[in-house]
Amino acid sequence: MKKLLLGDEAIALGAIDAGLSGVYAYPGTPSTEITEYIQGNSLARERGIHSRWCTNEKTAMEAALGMSFMGKRALVCMKHVGLNVCADPFVNSAMTGVNGGVVVLVADDPSMHSSQDEQDSRFYGKFAMIPTFEPSNQQEAYDMMETAFDYSEQQCLPVLMRVTTRMAHSRAVVMVKDQARPENPVNYDSAAANWVLLPANARKRNDKVTAQQAQLEEDAALSKFNIGPSPIPSLVGKGEKCPLGIIASGIAYNYVQESLKTLTPQQDGREVPVLKISQYPLPKRLVRELLNNCQKVMVAEEGQPFIEEQVRGVFESQNILGRLTGELPRTGELTPDCVAAALCNAGVTAPLATRDEQGVSPLVVARPPQLCQGCGHRDVYTALNEVLKEYQNPRVFGDIGCYTLGFLPPYRAIHSCVDMGASITMAKGASDAGQWPAVAIIGDSTFTHSGMTGLLDAVNENANITVIISDNLTTAMTGGQDSAGTNKFEAICLGLGVEPEHLHVVIPLPKNMPEITRIIRQEINYHGVSVIIPQRECIQTFKRKAKAKKQTPLTPPCRERI
Amino acid sequence: MNNSIFTPRPTREGQGGGSSFKCDIILCGVGGQGILSIATIIGEAAMNENLYIKQAEVHGMSQRGGDVQSNLRISSDPIDSDLIARGSADVIISMEPMEALRYLPYLGKDGWIVTSSAPFVNIPNYPDIQDIQAELSRLPHVIAIDIEQIAKENQIPRSANVILLGAAQKALGLDYTTLENAIRSVFARKGEAVVEANIKALSLGKAAQ
Repeated sequence: MKKLLLGDEAIALGAIDAGLSGVYAYPGTPSTEITEYIQGNSLARERGIHSRWCTNEKTAMEAALGMSFMGKRALVCMKHVGLNVCADPFVNSAMTGVNGGVVVLVADDPSMHSSQDEQDSRFYGKFAMIPTFEPSNQQEAYDMMETAFDYSEQQCLPVLMRVTTRMAHSRAVVMVKDQARPENPVNYDSAAANWVLLPANARKRNDKVTAQQAQLEEDAALSKFNIGPSPIPSLVGKGEKCPLGIIASGIAYNYVQESLKTLTPQQDGREVPVLKISQYPLPKRLVRELLNNCQKVMVAEEGQPFIEEQVRGVFESQNILGRLTGELPRTGELTPDCVAAALCNAGVTAPLATRDEQGVSPLVVARPPQLCQGCGHRDVYTALNEVLKEYQNPRVFGDIGCYTLGFLPPYRAIHSCVDMGASITMAKGASDAGQWPAVAIIGDSTFTHSGMTGLLDAVNENANITVIISDNLTTAMTGGQDSAGTNKFEAICLGLGVEPEHLHVVIPLPKNMPEITRIIRQEINYHGVSVIIPQRECIQTFKRKAKAKKQTPLTPPCRERI
Repeated sequence: MNNSIFTPRPTREGQGGGSSFKCDIILCGVGGQGILSIATIIGEAAMNENLYIKQAEVHGMSQRGGDVQSNLRISSDPIDSDLIARGSADVIISMEPMEALRYLPYLGKDGWIVTSSAPFVNIPNYPDIQDIQAELSRLPHVIAIDIEQIAKENQIPRSANVILLGAAQKALGLDYTTLENAIRSVFARKGEAVVEANIKALSLGKAAQ
């Protein structure tokens, strides 16, 4: 059956068709649509595949391990920085090993379209000694899911599957299976001691997994997803070497193919040998085969120079071209243009014909993203700015979400944004250093993701900070997913020890401005921890629900349950 | 500003049997204007025509009132790159006139711009609209129409984006009925009224091109 699928959707459907029993995830661009697709899939619903959002990536990874422990297949999805949050269970999952297959899907975001850094998750795979897959197109992403689950069970290791923005958010036609594999039955792991990572057990596993690496590398060399190096032109037999060979992985492989097909070949019309890498550990045998037959090799990979650095270790480094030598840009996403230019500079293709390219019109100005009209965060920043005008050197510690846009004009309201939850802990640290007023502003979903533990630290020392949990009842930035703490924030804060008289809930609307500013002022002046919760639904989810209500007639309440 | 002599691209039918077909499209606008629905309809139409498709989208932070774009490539031959190279797009379809100009470096020599003529002003330094119009009219192949106005006049306020798609039909080289069928299947689950509004929008756009 043919389907037009986003890369993320191909991954989701591939997992369902591979007998998935649960997806565990926290939303994060560009990985969000995987879980959303599974939530909306009818077979997934019929089978009762777990797909509810988790509080953060760490709880997701651990729940997936629990499901694997019981013999079933589990998928964990996150964006690249989420892997930092779940690094502890991720790295240790190589030590426990798995029972049911586990695939950890991480979507990297080179060029930081919607992220704080450009980290390349393949380093995590190598670091944790976990085999890593990296698809180049949507069909491969779909097919790879089944292979990855099978391989995970065969090797008793989780598999890391790494995609990048253009893979996750690009659509293509995919041939999918007519029938999904059945789910695994519950099957308690017989090697249960592995799961107790006392040093005595962990040491044994560490030796085992280390010894396993040679096999994983040989499997990668034989993988159907690693293609080439091909073709090695006939001249090689005569003792000559190709002037240039190419190693390409992920999306970069597509740009290389496009350039080689559309640009005029140099090298007397001889084909350029290309080695496509889609499964790691890096198969050095294939790399060596290419290197032995080429004078120089260019490495084209999306993200950081992961392959390039490893290849430089086994070959004369001046003959390896790529991001480290400036042939390709050191940072940022690759594009068909920069790959074409690099191949042309290396003499593989004739100089690019001038394409009569037009320049950017000087009229065009930047149009940065901004908070929506009618968004409650706007009212929160208006109130906060009004109050903070009255103080000398106030500092506002921001966090990750739509409200990070409060940094931009007209608000210019925050002074920091580092990682999920850092607003509260940084405000506390600044307060420890003598800063006052120290205000933290954090969203509802970010607070339950990683803010609660920081608030406990602050309460335990009665730090002189004011925390604003701007609650729009959803995970808005990624498109309006359920937020783990909805309707629980007062109880959570009181439970963590915030004093009831310094916990306030307000409704951020212009008409409530006098009340909100009064409360903010009062709590800044209180020397201790206070929490203010402005609570109003995200304007986007509100509109969407109103529209859905209009379209579908209301169903009468179910009498049996009353 | 529909000022050029329109030489439409040959449609699939017009090309005859064995020849190959390729159309690289940049869809752009401001977050929330509905460019992804246009992409969905073209994608559906292309799939029904047994063409290869690659469509790269932008999600996340930039959707909040910022500039958004999508690269959509359709071809009778397999497509490698998900992104369109500079100077090689066949059509820019833009929901906003300044946004159309933003992607000029990607437009091929004989490429078309099909754009809404009404500015979307959500920034303080938005340029003079007359300057933008003048810049657009300097280009050889431009269709600029006020889709919002047409949509309002015809009581189909939610279908302005599909009017633009109708106006781009010849530039895309896709058969009109193919697009019509794609609209039927894409909007089917939203009910007949929505389907009809969008079919009407498509025909209004076609008439305006």
